[in-house]
Amino acid sequence: MDKPLLEIEDLSFSYKQIIALESVSLTINQGEIVSLIGANGAGKTTLLRTISGLNVHKKGKIIFNKEDISQTESDYRVRAKIAQVPEGRGLFPILSVEQNLRLGAYTRNDNEIEKDLEFIYNKFPILQEKKDEYAGTLSGGQQQMVAVGRALMIRPKLLLLDEPSMGLAPIIVEEIFSVIKELRDLGTTIFVVEQNAFLALKSSDRAYVLENGKVVISGKSADLLDDERVKEAYLGA
Amino acid sequence: MAELFAFLLSGVTVGFIYALVGLGFTVIYNSSGIINFSQGEFVMAGGMSAVFLMYAGVPLGFAFILAIISVSVIGIILYKLLSISKDSSHISLIILTLGFAIFLRGLAQVIFDKQLHTMPSFVGDGSFEIFGAILSYQSLLVIVVSLIIVISLYLFFKRTKTGQAMVAASVNVDAARLMGINIKKILVLNFAISAVIASIGGILLTPITSTNYEVGIMLGLKGFSAAIIGGLGNPWGAVAGGLLLGILESLVAGYISSEYKDAVAFVVLLAILFFMPGGIFGNLKAQRV
Ligand SMILES: Nc1ncnc2c1ncn2[C@@H]1O[C@H](COP(=O)(O)OP(=O)(O)OP(=O)(O)O)[C@@H](O)[C@H]1O
Ligand SMILES: [Mg+2]
Repeated sequence: MDKPLLEIEDLSFSYKQIIALESVSLTINQGEIVSLIGANGAGKTTLLRTISGLNVHKKGKIIFNKEDISQTESDYRVRAKIAQVPEGRGLFPILSVEQNLRLGAYTRNDNEIEKDLEFIYNKFPILQEKKDEYAGTLSGGQQQMVAVGRALMIRPKLLLLDEPSMGLAPIIVEEIFSVIKELRDLGTTIFVVEQNAFLALKSSDRAYVLENGKVVISGKSADLLDDERVKEAYLGA
Repeated sequence: MAELFAFLLSGVTVGFIYALVGLGFTVIYNSSGIINFSQGEFVMAGGMSAVFLMYAGVPLGFAFILAIISVSVIGIILYKLLSISKDSSHISLIILTLGFAIFLRGLAQVIFDKQLHTMPSFVGDGSFEIFGAILSYQSLLVIVVSLIIVISLYLFFKRTKTGQAMVAASVNVDAARLMGINIKKILVLNFAISAVIASIGGILLTPITSTNYEVGIMLGLKGFSAAIIGGLGNPWGAVAGGLLLGILESLVAGYISSEYKDAVAFVVLLAILFFMPGGIFGNLKAQRV
């Protein structure tokens, strides 16, 4: 029943001297929400960047949709329908909201771009109101919506989110996570990195715990919520 | 009054050329963070190849197109050299562009020669009289073509998908890559565009001031000053800086002495760096689009 969409096998990555990922293996199945939790500097961002091809790894395999994409460039992976909402959002502040969103469709040539733009404006009506404003002038929550919307314009099969809750008010965080669940129901597979472990485990089907670049715990999110090690290290219990 | 007007007109004409050179600096700087010190040589290469193609009997229009294409190939070669050494420090890369400039000057001496060359006006030798000042057809052509280039660049960056991708890549490379933008292609395009602008400037200027293998040194420095004066990275700043520089030079040459003309750029440049390090308009990225 479980169809793997992303399989990572024995992946290692280092920045010059610093080993950031060590023999990481994980699987994300079609239609799942999988979360990745871990402390500061555990290597979460590094893992997402490596999946997107921003980091070039030497050891290990990244298999997406049964294809080994380890040697491919980042633009190839976007065309393969992997999208990432990066840490800090990575908006283009001097471009308007709509220009940012349209850049999400950069690799597309189909005629449903306008329709998707409408979809995003429906999901986040405030963005339609502010579509001609510079993205840099929006509030943090609105910027996060642009970042998510822009990634959706790729029409991703796999959506990677790096700490979408960072710096946002709880009510906005809730809104973002409810959108994440809706997206999953629409068929997008989601891999979300969070420092807020409770939120991550509450909102996902399965989870991985990363420590010093290694996967140390994995399992159903509901089980991890009850796991003593997780409770002690990440849930402040 | 007519005299002042004449100085202004010739200042604006040359100023637009400085603006084009400054824009060339800006386009490469914004995409790669590198200051390309062979920008002036691109200008020289444009003018010199057009002249020699004309000597070889190639019809003018064709000669221009061939010259522009050759210089864009040179621009792409420079990009390739820089990308091979991409792990070197920024300073090394900038020094590489200086080395490339010296190489191009040497190459021009070998392929062409050391003489001064000129071309007839592309639009005939006529002129207009405006408030008693004379504006030659060629000067008007320089102004019109430069304006067309500036406006087309603006529309290209603002309205086309590729242009937007170039802006995105200049703001945040990683985010641009996450949109599926191929940064290497964007960089190649930036170097080519920069070379095209420079070579058009070089061709336009040739009938007015003549050209030889080393005109790129001064033009490069002036264009660089224009870019800095307006705020490095700001294309409107580069245009304004170029015009300001051209006009000041022309006034100094006219009212004081042409001996001091070339010093103007450096005096203004130093003053700006001293008192307004961000340039007149600041390198506010917000003004870019
Ligand atoms: N560009 C870089 N150059 C060198 N070292 C880096 C770089 N980026 C991250 N690192 C190091 O790699 C390790 C993993 O960092 P990473 O950013 O992936 O962690 P993270 O889990 O995302 O942390 P955070 O929760 O703070 O975002 C850290 O030790 C970090 O210092
Ligand atoms: Mg991180």
